[in-house]
Amino acid sequence: MTRAQLATVKIVAVLALAAAPFLLSPFSITLLNYVGIYSLVAVGLVLLTGIVGIISFGQAAFIGIAAYATAWVSAINGQSPWLGLVLAIVLTCTVAAVLGLATLRLQGHFLSLSTIAWGLSIGFLFGNIDGLGGFNGLSNIPPISIGSYALSEGWQIYYLIWAFVVAVLILLNNLLNSRLGRAMRTMRGGKTLVESLGVSAYWVNLTAFVIAAFLAALSGWLYAHLSRFISPTPFEPLAGIEYLMMAMIGGATSLLGGIVGAAVIIFLKNAVQDYLPVIAKGASGQLEIVVFASIFILFLQRARQGIVPFLSRFLPQPQPKRPEPAPPLPLRNQPAPGEVLLQVEGAERRFGGLIAVNKVSFEVRAGEILGLIGPNGAGKSTMFNLLTGALACNSGKIVFAGRSIERLSQAKIARAGIARTFQHVKLRPRMTLLDNVLLGTYTRTKAGLISGALRLERQEEASARAEAMRQLERIGLGDHPFELAGNLPLGNQRLLEIARALAADPLLLVLDEPAAGLRRNEKQKLAELLANLRREHVTILLVEHDMEFVMNLVDRIVVMDFGTKLCEGDPAAIRNDARVQEAYLGSTV
Amino acid sequence: MTSDIAAILAIDGIATGAIYVLVAVGTVLIFTVTRVMFIPFGDIAAFTALTLAALETGHLPGTVGLVLVLAVLASLAECWSLGRSGRGRHIPKALAFYLLLPVLVALFVRLALPLAPSMPVRIVLALLLVMPISPLLDRIVFRPIADASVLLLLIVSMALHFALVGLGLLFFGPEGVRTQPLTDSAFEVLGVHVNGQTLLIVIASIVFSGLLYLFFGFTLTGKALRATAVNRTGARLMGIRPARSGTIAYLVGSLMAGVSGILVAPVNTIFYDSGFLLGLKAFVGAIIGGLASYPGTAIGAVFVGVLESFASFESSALKEVIVFSLLIPILIWRSIVSPHIEEEVEE
Repeated sequence: MTRAQLATVKIVAVLALAAAPFLLSPFSITLLNYVGIYSLVAVGLVLLTGIVGIISFGQAAFIGIAAYATAWVSAINGQSPWLGLVLAIVLTCTVAAVLGLATLRLQGHFLSLSTIAWGLSIGFLFGNIDGLGGFNGLSNIPPISIGSYALSEGWQIYYLIWAFVVAVLILLNNLLNSRLGRAMRTMRGGKTLVESLGVSAYWVNLTAFVIAAFLAALSGWLYAHLSRFISPTPFEPLAGIEYLMMAMIGGATSLLGGIVGAAVIIFLKNAVQDYLPVIAKGASGQLEIVVFASIFILFLQRARQGIVPFLSRFLPQPQPKRPEPAPPLPLRNQPAPGEVLLQVEGAERRFGGLIAVNKVSFEVRAGEILGLIGPNGAGKSTMFNLLTGALACNSGKIVFAGRSIERLSQAKIARAGIARTFQHVKLRPRMTLLDNVLLGTYTRTKAGLISGALRLERQEEASARAEAMRQLERIGLGDHPFELAGNLPLGNQRLLEIARALAADPLLLVLDEPAAGLRRNEKQKLAELLANLRREHVTILLVEHDMEFVMNLVDRIVVMDFGTKLCEGDPAAIRNDARVQEAYLGSTV
Repeated sequence: MTSDIAAILAIDGIATGAIYVLVAVGTVLIFTVTRVMFIPFGDIAAFTALTLAALETGHLPGTVGLVLVLAVLASLAECWSLGRSGRGRHIPKALAFYLLLPVLVALFVRLALPLAPSMPVRIVLALLLVMPISPLLDRIVFRPIADASVLLLLIVSMALHFALVGLGLLFFGPEGVRTQPLTDSAFEVLGVHVNGQTLLIVIASIVFSGLLYLFFGFTLTGKALRATAVNRTGARLMGIRPARSGTIAYLVGSLMAGVSGILVAPVNTIFYDSGFLLGLKAFVGAIIGGLASYPGTAIGAVFVGVLESFASFESSALKEVIVFSLLIPILIWRSIVSPHIEEEVEE
């Protein structure tokens, strides 16, 4: 599909939305109003659950906070609903920020359990706070007015609701294609990679969490002024799981999935309410929830992907444009060749009684390739983790570019200028090669939430894309930048990781067993690339146990065995060292 | 608050906590063996109470219908998957287990009903009727996705709970029940009035936890269950079938939840949807135990009971808010104490 066709589809969709009130019955418009209102929540959940990977059962509570806030302002205090909107957003986002700050460091299912906990707590509050109508609810909520024009009819508020939905969709779509959005899309599939790119996973999580709460607040505000009456029931945990159901059935990896999911659930609900009484008289209320829960369970068992991602496989994909040349991103000040860049002094790491790294000292100088080798179990990987901040030293010092880094987090070390690759390749298989490499530019770019959503960062983004393209060409994968990373063979995936690391313009590149599992010709290709990098004076620390691979490539070698440094020297000296031979081959009899 | 009131609240809280212990221990058992956080155990407890109440009044409990529906669904699911994988010859055995056995239990209750059985018999009947529910649900709902992530299983578990609430209303109706007290005796302990029911709850909780301990420590089945909990693949290599371990775990867990339902029924009025809060509060206790340690879980569940008791004295409207808000600091503490290895969720 070309861009022009895509734009046509979008314009037709917006026109259809605008024409709906003239073509459809008032009842259908009411349904569409609810679809719009629930879409806002569901789109937020798509971002939070499908993209960032945080499963929240508590969104209904956020909607409730906003709905009660605006009801308090407008119905009880007689002020404008627009003032209610301000309070709704401020209150909801503040509560979300506080909850997020407290809970977003929780791991895996602990995090989801905490959403059940606060979802329940807040849900119970609504009926029990004095002055909010108790369990009978609050009525007489005024309609929203624009100037003196009150949006009291369904079709009037319809335009407001869908204007919100379309705006949210556009802004979020912009955001997801910006620097911060790429970081969000990387969150699923493990934190290690994200942190190694210099991204603070915690802050990205918090941003997504507050955005989702903000959308819930918009939805709650619209809901209160559409239905003109609120009670605690729609904000209980059952509703929370319904929103999750909308997001997942629609397709939690796509923003449109939120809208489709909301529409499917609303229309299904309507149909169930029409037809269940025919099948089972008098029992329809109970059956409705059973039917919905069963549909959801069946869906989770059989078709977790969701409607939109399933359908989009059959649709022509929009053709992305190759990045065009752009002014380069700012470069770091590389240290003068020969200067000491990284200094490890007496680094020690214990696991219980086992000393994995025992008082190891060495240094890496700018412009050289240092090999860190040793047989299996020598402590190379632990040493690697100490350098990159994945593990903390028990004692000892690590100084990088004049700065002590042994207490820094992985993300901070990455920002200081160390870029790494992984022994077990960590890429995002469903993202394109270009996007994977673009992740590497995170520390060199600045665009945030607002500039990303409003596309104010296009110049920086163009530079970043050009840089990523340049790195892809540097490793020889520039022909198909929009291929998915998961489709590459292992050898090219390793190269892609190196391109991603290079895109960060690092002071030091650390490679964790890059040759492991590669075939012979793949190894040759890798060796060629590293030799090229050496000519360009990129400083590299290479952790490897393949002696042959290392020998021809590096300037100096540090050998580790049983957690200690065995010796250090140029490749020829190491090759002839009796201790190294003994460590690798066993002692001579 | 005087010390008298504090003592009464404490005893009340311990009794409530003892009920949570039974459900919580079952939850931990299921989680360790199958990785499912089985929220519906609270519903199982509530259903047991409703079943017992129906038996008392001589009505056929709604559980019979529920069990039969689930048995048919589970049999269909099992036959379908056996047929598809070319193991059709196992179908008779599967039918005997998933269809015949629950039907026999239902039939037995139906036949025993006109004889107006005594209370102990009624209790046994109620437990018998309730026990098949969760293994059948396991077969229908969780077995097809046994390898899914903990989070997905949690979503399914939540959805299942709401399905059960709906079914509960359908089969049991909206009326609340309160069963006859198990004992009328009362004691004076250190100047504080303790009724027999409270004592019975605590004793039953201790006895059943003790039995579970013996089951795990001294029977081969119990050890097989523990092995599955530690490592499913390893257990499979030793000839233990994780699916079968799961079924046994669900049976044992249901028994515990059923007993808690029987103990709570004379004290509180139970509705078809009372299980949610019961189950979730027990779950809070289980989380205090890290979803792993049984003694930790027991202590956690009693703690929740006592906290709830004192919270309801301070502000009965906000007691649930207090109990569930407490979960957040507990989760943060657990997350720090047991830093778990990143579960690599591939996209």
